[in-house]
Amino acid sequence: MYNTARRRTVRGAGLASVLALALTLTACGGSSDDSGSDSGSADDVKTALEKGGSLTVWTWDSTMPKVAKDFEAAHPKVKVKVVNAGTSKEEYTALQNAIAAGKGVPDVAQIEYFALGQFSLAKSVADLSKYGADKLGDSFSPGPWNAVKSGEAVYGLPVDSGPMALYYNKKVFDKYKIAVPATWDEYVTAAEKLHKADPKAYITADTGEAGFATSLIWQAGGHPYTVDGTNVGIDFTDPGSATFAKTWQKLIDGKLLAPVTSWTDEWFKGLADGTIATLATGAWMPTNLTTGAPAAAGDWRVAPLPQWKAGEKSSAESGGSSLAVPAAGKNKALAYAFTEYAAAGAGVKSRVKDGAYPATTADMTSKEFLDTKFDYFGGQEINKVFAQSASEVAPDWSYLPFQVYANSIFNDTVGKAYVSGTTLSEGLAAWQKQSRDYGSEQGFTVK
Amino acid sequence: MGATAPATATPGEDRAPRPVTGLRTPRPGRRHSVNRPRRSVLLTVLTGLVLVYALVPLVWLVINSTKTQSGLLSSSGLWFDSDFAFFRNIADTLTYNDGVFVRWLFNTLLYVVVGAGGATFLAVLGGYALAKFQFPGKRGIFAVVIGAVAVPGTALAVPTFLMFSKMGLTDTPWAVIIPSLISPFGLYLMWVFAAEAIPTELLEAARIDGASEIRTFFTVSLPLLAPGIVTVLLFTMVATWNNYFLPLIMLKNPDWYPLTLGLNSWNAQAQTNGGEAIFNLVITGSLLTIVPLIAAFLLLQRYWQSGLAAGSVKE
Repeated sequence: MYNTARRRTVRGAGLASVLALALTLTACGGSSDDSGSDSGSADDVKTALEKGGSLTVWTWDSTMPKVAKDFEAAHPKVKVKVVNAGTSKEEYTALQNAIAAGKGVPDVAQIEYFALGQFSLAKSVADLSKYGADKLGDSFSPGPWNAVKSGEAVYGLPVDSGPMALYYNKKVFDKYKIAVPATWDEYVTAAEKLHKADPKAYITADTGEAGFATSLIWQAGGHPYTVDGTNVGIDFTDPGSATFAKTWQKLIDGKLLAPVTSWTDEWFKGLADGTIATLATGAWMPTNLTTGAPAAAGDWRVAPLPQWKAGEKSSAESGGSSLAVPAAGKNKALAYAFTEYAAAGAGVKSRVKDGAYPATTADMTSKEFLDTKFDYFGGQEINKVFAQSASEVAPDWSYLPFQVYANSIFNDTVGKAYVSGTTLSEGLAAWQKQSRDYGSEQGFTVK
Repeated sequence: MGATAPATATPGEDRAPRPVTGLRTPRPGRRHSVNRPRRSVLLTVLTGLVLVYALVPLVWLVINSTKTQSGLLSSSGLWFDSDFAFFRNIADTLTYNDGVFVRWLFNTLLYVVVGAGGATFLAVLGGYALAKFQFPGKRGIFAVVIGAVAVPGTALAVPTFLMFSKMGLTDTPWAVIIPSLISPFGLYLMWVFAAEAIPTELLEAARIDGASEIRTFFTVSLPLLAPGIVTVLLFTMVATWNNYFLPLIMLKNPDWYPLTLGLNSWNAQAQTNGGEAIFNLVITGSLLTIVPLIAAFLLLQRYWQSGLAAGSVKE
């Protein structure tokens, strides 16, 4: 994930330097935000690039190291070190620790949309609008842009997005003469038909996943979360959530979901051998499928996400992340320069080539991108399906400023519906209650 | 993944078995001795089961390291796939991500040589001193050492992290090496062993001949301590080699990862948006990771005999 040819020597490679370091640490007194030359403007970014320096970028994205190398080639005075400090929650924990300790904070960090609110509200990440991010709004597709913005402030730049689609195993569908479902009701019917024809096969695997549930509620037009500064509303009794709970309950009651947790070996096995026949998820999935289930090459196709009402055109995002600049960073102007390069500059092209799904409208709708044929998907031009989905993402969705925690208790609340007599709506009510309680404890005004 | 310690007892000499008196007199021709043990079908079956239980994971690992990513998911776990990819997997493991696996291997070796080697050296010095010298406060030290043996290393990891982060040592190799230098169990083992293995008369003889304490330690005591040293070295080596939690919280920079963390980060790669699944490399990497440990055990076996001091003094 990084370039061994450019290693920086380690600090503290001897007792003397350790002592010296300890002294300098106590001398700084831990104030990390030096607002000297870093007042923040687009000119600062230019100056920083000319001056050069070194950046540490935390990302688990496998396409980023190449972007870093290209950036170094374009700006010879800048050194970029890419560090994989863990994926998703692990990285956020590490980032929180580093920010709390005031030491080891990266200059740029990958933060998923659902987690960005947590960092922006605590002012842990810098507002990038003054560096020139405010002019980039038109470059990004609305879902991701909406996710990084808060009022006038921009807390990160979208690097990928996950407009949702239905991945389905055509071989299995053809074998049992099942039509590709256009609505979720048809999806339930297809689930019954498939499982009856082959008791080992299931329409999909689901043991309860917060990101998946919230995305489907989002698609159904639900707005369970309302966020206005520190005023937070959590309400899973709205029509969107009820629609989701009612339909998904049918799948649970009929034992039509494979009891396999996503991302496990068993899950990949099911995707490879046809026992997990569909997958409703984001546009970033092709890379995972191609490398994780190579045996199923040619079997899979992509269709638009089933609708909650026949004839509607609504979609949602699943996953996707931004690059943010931690407020404690030493060289924020330079950090922004890299962030913009990776998210809206030449970095996008290189990442798309390596299989990332962009968040920039221009790249998403470029002819070359749309016309790309994927051998794994039997030569299908799948990007057309994703681009269509991206333009139909339901507006005004927001995540909680403590979504990372809320997601972590999903399995103890909603997850019970998958393994016991609890219903989904009871599970959602429990999730709502516990999320509210936590919000109040954390000092939010929760209603 | 820990290998089990082989049995240590090799009998020094075969004395003729004394006739058993008391309960029953043995029938002639059916004498059992150390060299001709009584055979028990039940015990053989039981130990056989335990052996299988210990070896199946290893067999599974060897078999599955010969499979491709798709073969792993489509073939039976306990038999080979038609596509034999063992050497391809090894080559891929060593070259993936610009050969980062090799770097992790060297990091691990560094931590083991400096950490486990240092821990063993300190344990030998301390154990010898505690066993063979009289000084005030020995009982207190004994209590502290025994107490320290009872505290799991994992419980100390977070406090250690906080302390090191104050000192600015986190994210450097020192953060892994320094805590590894302390091995209470190794010290205790060395203490007990030194008390048994080094006859006090031998030390007295050396002192009378005018050898300094340092010289006595290096020329007289150290050779006698060899079997114990090897035992402690193996323990600390396995502990450092398999150390996971400490580096996990101390290190963020993959340049300093040991193999355990590196393999885990490869494994986690499959579980993220657009990540590349490389289960075959994780499995092959795991196999390559335990090979040096097995080699170390096999090579150090022959030093693992007690009784070096037998016959050096009249008892």
